[in-house]
Amino acid sequence: MSDAQTIQRAGPPAPEAVEEAWSRVQLARHPQRPRTLDLIGVIFEGFFELHGDRTFGDDAAIVGGPATLDGVPVMVIGHQKGTDTESNILRNFGSPHPEGFRKAQRLMRLADKLGMPIVTFLDTAGAFPGPAAEERGQAEAIASSIKLMTGLQVPIVVVVLGEGGSGGALALGVGDVVLALENAVYSVISPEGCASILWRSRDEARTAAAAMRMTAADQVDLGVVDAIVAEPGEGAHTDHTATGKALRAAIISAMRRLSGRETAELLATRYARLRGLGAYLETGAASPARPEVPSLRRRIGRILHLPGVPRRPRWSEIWPSNDTDDDNERGA
Amino acid sequence: MPIKFPFSRRAAPSDAWTKCPSCDAQVFNKQLERNQRLCPSCGHHFRMSVGERLDLLLDRESFEERDAGLEAVDRLGFHDDRPYDDRLEASRVKTGLRDAVVWGTGTIEGQRVAIGIFDFRFMGGSMGSVVGEKLARCFETALAERIPAIVVSASGGARMQEGTLALMQLAKTTAPLVRLDDAGVPFIAVLTDPTTGGVLASFASLGDVILAEPKALIGFAGARVASDTVGEEMPEGFQTAEFLLTHGFVDAVVPRPELRSSLARLLRLLPVAAVDDGAQTTPPERPWGPIGALSGLAERFGGAVSETIGIDVDQPPADGNGRTPAAEREEAR
Repeated sequence: MSDAQTIQRAGPPAPEAVEEAWSRVQLARHPQRPRTLDLIGVIFEGFFELHGDRTFGDDAAIVGGPATLDGVPVMVIGHQKGTDTESNILRNFGSPHPEGFRKAQRLMRLADKLGMPIVTFLDTAGAFPGPAAEERGQAEAIASSIKLMTGLQVPIVVVVLGEGGSGGALALGVGDVVLALENAVYSVISPEGCASILWRSRDEARTAAAAMRMTAADQVDLGVVDAIVAEPGEGAHTDHTATGKALRAAIISAMRRLSGRETAELLATRYARLRGLGAYLETGAASPARPEVPSLRRRIGRILHLPGVPRRPRWSEIWPSNDTDDDNERGA
Repeated sequence: MPIKFPFSRRAAPSDAWTKCPSCDAQVFNKQLERNQRLCPSCGHHFRMSVGERLDLLLDRESFEERDAGLEAVDRLGFHDDRPYDDRLEASRVKTGLRDAVVWGTGTIEGQRVAIGIFDFRFMGGSMGSVVGEKLARCFETALAERIPAIVVSASGGARMQEGTLALMQLAKTTAPLVRLDDAGVPFIAVLTDPTTGGVLASFASLGDVILAEPKALIGFAGARVASDTVGEEMPEGFQTAEFLLTHGFVDAVVPRPELRSSLARLLRLLPVAAVDDGAQTTPPERPWGPIGALSGLAERFGGAVSETIGIDVDQPPADGNGRTPAAEREEAR
């Protein structure tokens, strides 16, 4: 990386970047944007919705069931937002409770048992954060969904439709191919949440959206999304059928690429994809406890407790609690 | 010209005392250090640094840190009121750590484990690419060496400054756990104050056994985020270790003085599954007696002796980089 780039990257997001990111967020949240069930009708044939997690209840914020894609039986699972106030209340605005993720897991296990490929659709602001969700193990439900998906022996194609909101999205989002609609967004936390923590004001959501680089194009750049599916006209909300047809072609093509793979290869490739995500530097720096020159005399001296050989410091001397906690440093 | 004393005045009066958040007692910091960072009057569990945690849990001098050189990079060019790089640097200076997790191998009452430990003081223990990579390597080493894995968490969740790359660490740290299941290698999660967000929504909830420290804050959504979104006040104590215990999401709430012995007992009770086909990577038992001592020496010095004296030496397994510990030692020189 050149110095010029470093300097350029150090500043806050440029106004154009903020506009660009926020307009995508608005499109991704557009009230007329096609929802999972709208698109299932265009993409698949004979969808049969299945309900319930067999443990607690049925969560309408996640829908799923078998269907055929180009004649091939597949399992379809996705977040489901509403289209008006009434349906949004029923669907909890697309924010699942633990039973939603557990229903998804149940359907994934069924697909695994029958050797059916899986297609998932992500469209949620995030998993629901209320006390009832905590009580029933929201974190465990997400974690076990992620774990299940990493080990499923069938191909998985993931499509980010609208909002890919944090863990609640990733719980359905581990796959072999990840596609995103052109105006979809994907983020570690909602821009409002990020703004309220780092900027201490929800009004900075636009800036946070740009800083997090959450647009579909950014996600391709980061390697989180593999390919973008173009939307018709001004956006997917203008033509649900055309959006569905474009997605259908992209999903079929992804499935064809995956269908030839042996199970072991499929799992190894999926593992490698996940293992490769992230950016870090591998410096050769040694642990601070490791002496610069571990001489033989020192080693023997330590073992035999010879005088004049410094003892190895305790770890609490190397990394003590020397400071009060800074509550401004938070995560998502 | 002011005279400089050779010994700096490290303990300024204001730093010498800490107020206990539970009972309001003023606690002398030195006393906290001596008392496993427990409040002497009410037993409140103060947060521990990674160094204190290592001394608490592992056998003296048994810990060998791995991948100490991994460093975060600002892939997004993230800037809020200051650049991500500045926040990283501030945390490095404050803690002496390179990132929020330290991992390595060591022994607990003689039982070898791969262990990763969070330090909340480093950017709130948040999980970015370095934390995810280190934990994935910790699990992969546990798998390769067939030793139990332990992770002690203290984290606010995924690191927002790394965007979805941080979110993807949930999957990166979870994927190896499937392999541990298949291989019969146990994983114990220890949840300490606080364990929230993306860390709880990944490996921390997936321990074969999950222990938690008393009164630790453990929950998916931060209380502020929750009440912002839901629009109602959260009930008192709905995200504590004890709450999770009564709702079936942790196995035991273990006070700090018993944590090391509890882990040791569990390690004895939940051994790594025996391998039936000899083709696995388990190193054979080192021969006892003089030959054993020789081969032990050989291992220590990177296997060079084995050729000269022609005995079969256990080859230490390669780590995630394909480098052997011996090669790493070489590099360290």
